[in-house]
Amino acid sequence: MQTATDPVERHTITVLVDNEAGVLARVVGLFSGRGYNIESLTVAEVDPMARTSRITIVTSGTPHVIEQIEAQLSRVVPVHRVTNWTSAKGGIEREMALIKVAGTGDKRMEALRMADAFRARAVDTTHTSFVFEITGAPGKIDSFIDLMRPLGLVDVSRTGVAAISRGPEAM
Amino acid sequence: MDKDNLITERHNDSGAITLTGAEMVIRALKDQGVTHIFGYPGGAVLPIYDALFAAEGITHVLVRHEQGATHAAEGYARSTGKPGVVLVTSGPGATNAVTGIADALMDSIPLVVITGQVPTHLIGTDAFQECDTVGITRPCTKQNWLVKDVNDLSRTLHEAFQIATTGRPGPVVVDIPKDIQFKKGAYVTPASVKHRTYRPKTDPDLSSIVKAVEMMAEAKRPIFYTGGGIINAGPEAAKALRELAALTGFPVTSTLMGLGAFPASSPQWLGMLGMHGTWEANNAMHDCDLMICLGARFDDRVTGRIDAFSPGSKKIHLDIDASQINKTVRVDLGIVGDAAKGIKEMVHFWKTQKKKADQAALKDWWAQIDQWRAKKSLSFKNSSTLIKPQYAVDRLYELTKGRKTFITTEVGQHQMWAAQRFKFEEPNRWMTSGGLGTMGYGLPAAVGVQVAHPDALVIDIAGEASVQMTMQEMSTAIQYNLPIKIFILNNQYMGMVRQWQEILHGGRYSHSYSEALPDFVKMAEAFGCLGLRAETPAELDGKIMEMIDSKLPVLFDCRVDQAENCYPMIPSGAAHNEMLLGPDDGGEVSEAGKMLV
Repeated sequence: MQTATDPVERHTITVLVDNEAGVLARVVGLFSGRGYNIESLTVAEVDPMARTSRITIVTSGTPHVIEQIEAQLSRVVPVHRVTNWTSAKGGIEREMALIKVAGTGDKRMEALRMADAFRARAVDTTHTSFVFEITGAPGKIDSFIDLMRPLGLVDVSRTGVAAISRGPEAM
Repeated sequence: MDKDNLITERHNDSGAITLTGAEMVIRALKDQGVTHIFGYPGGAVLPIYDALFAAEGITHVLVRHEQGATHAAEGYARSTGKPGVVLVTSGPGATNAVTGIADALMDSIPLVVITGQVPTHLIGTDAFQECDTVGITRPCTKQNWLVKDVNDLSRTLHEAFQIATTGRPGPVVVDIPKDIQFKKGAYVTPASVKHRTYRPKTDPDLSSIVKAVEMMAEAKRPIFYTGGGIINAGPEAAKALRELAALTGFPVTSTLMGLGAFPASSPQWLGMLGMHGTWEANNAMHDCDLMICLGARFDDRVTGRIDAFSPGSKKIHLDIDASQINKTVRVDLGIVGDAAKGIKEMVHFWKTQKKKADQAALKDWWAQIDQWRAKKSLSFKNSSTLIKPQYAVDRLYELTKGRKTFITTEVGQHQMWAAQRFKFEEPNRWMTSGGLGTMGYGLPAAVGVQVAHPDALVIDIAGEASVQMTMQEMSTAIQYNLPIKIFILNNQYMGMVRQWQEILHGGRYSHSYSEALPDFVKMAEAFGCLGLRAETPAELDGKIMEMIDSKLPVLFDCRVDQAENCYPMIPSGAAHNEMLLGPDDGGEVSEAGKMLV
């Protein structure tokens, strides 16, 4: 059914699950077992009283594969709900990253100016390095990292995407 | 006083029953209506076996290998509609059960597998007979659990039964550490358990049913393509299918897993479809203008080359599992729901909306189908000196019809010949490993079927290679007086492997010859059952009757033509209308086709 010409799209999918042992392994195993991609993965308990966790996955595939991913996730037993933010268009996506840049002189000043423009905050400073904290859509973080590369980029740590819907409604 | 005792007392105050974990297992099985379990004891399940020792109303069938327990439970489940229950120990007990669990997942068979585990304080220490059972079985179960608190045990067991048997059925595993089996806790009854997330959708969307019925009334060349979902939905689904077929007059074909849902004696029956399906079924699938898929999943063995699959048809797909719709074949109308409910609604709306099939078009369609039928694609050249495997299956059918007969199979040529030639009139009479294709399934499955139906005639149509994989279960059959009949089509080859090597690999029969076969008759005697051998067509009927009349389990060594291939056949990578009818039909397999399995 897939053809080579079908475009590969990137989608952000959130899965609300019961926080029981093995549920993350079951979700992740579904991706590896069926040959789907995971570009990033974010997991945390979001309601200790209701014992629910939220798993947000950025994945890529043809529209047919994305449809299958949603259908396969929906039938995992401890899953409450599956939401595709890319299809729904009503979602806000944010990611946080810690980015270490080492250098001196002009490059160091340039890094600081760029960080200011991106509203990144220096959370650790030495004479020869900065650690910047930056929050934003994944594309913004990609751009910032690209800009830091010639300025002495040393290390990157990204949280993966968290997503939520706009407006007053829950997921 | 430790924490666990506090919890027990609190539950006692509220009137709940206090039991040990092991006692809870037995109690939960009884509350779930379980009468038979298949298992094998070991260190990590000893407390449960101890509770079983005193238990009344549950019969334990001791197998000889845990794989046998899972297949026996599958046979039991498939032939009764009830869940099959398995009890095995930790480590190798669990890993040996994995093949049967994976088999049950592929064929949607409800199994509840209870495994012992090392005590909780030893988990993760590489203890004796420890393995990560929930990790190993996660991808081959519908759901699984490691129970670390005895107060969660009874709820988990009840949820396990609910999940295994409802929605799309499947296997579940409950892993119980040994210390949890000893600990006391509160037992809850099934009625008090409501799962937090699991809500299978069984009621079909009625507007979609109405649309389906409209499409059916407009169809010129319709076909019902039915599958194992109809068997799983229970006898009501098969009954509704028969009514819908009678009302519409449409032709019916079925997958391997769906055989028996529609009677083979019906003039509307086209036979099985797919790789070894009939000429008429596959051509009708290819040329139809409306395909009504009921409880089947467009398996690659059914569709053949996917981009050439039924190119001109509109497709309706009724399935209880939403993820099956549009999985491999794009359909025009997908309906999520239980097959029995969905088909009943189709019958209801067909009647109340006073729908009529297009009789003129249907007449032409049947005329075309009759032309395909005239090819007699299942015919074969019989021999007066050699037993042809097709002839053996035909005689077995003729000599057993009219009896309450259940057929199981192993996997390979004999399985396809049985599927093509044995005529099933009722659901739940045909047990075979379709999705996983597990050699060694049929013999233990026959054990499970015979346990459930002590008075029935249960025959495993086997191959000499497959049957050696689980032969040890003959000992189980003897122990429990289960007179299963193992009818071995012995061609001294892994026949389907040899057939593919002939077609795809230039006749280089690499390691597919059954060298050093045992003498099956002497083997039968060693087990304490009856051994029979037939070598000529002339003696076949007499020997089959001897097998049927015996009160013992029977190993029947039916020596058949070694060179016979299974036709018709859609070669790998070919379309439904590119079937090979026999050895002289030529047909080249494309390079792409050779890559497929």
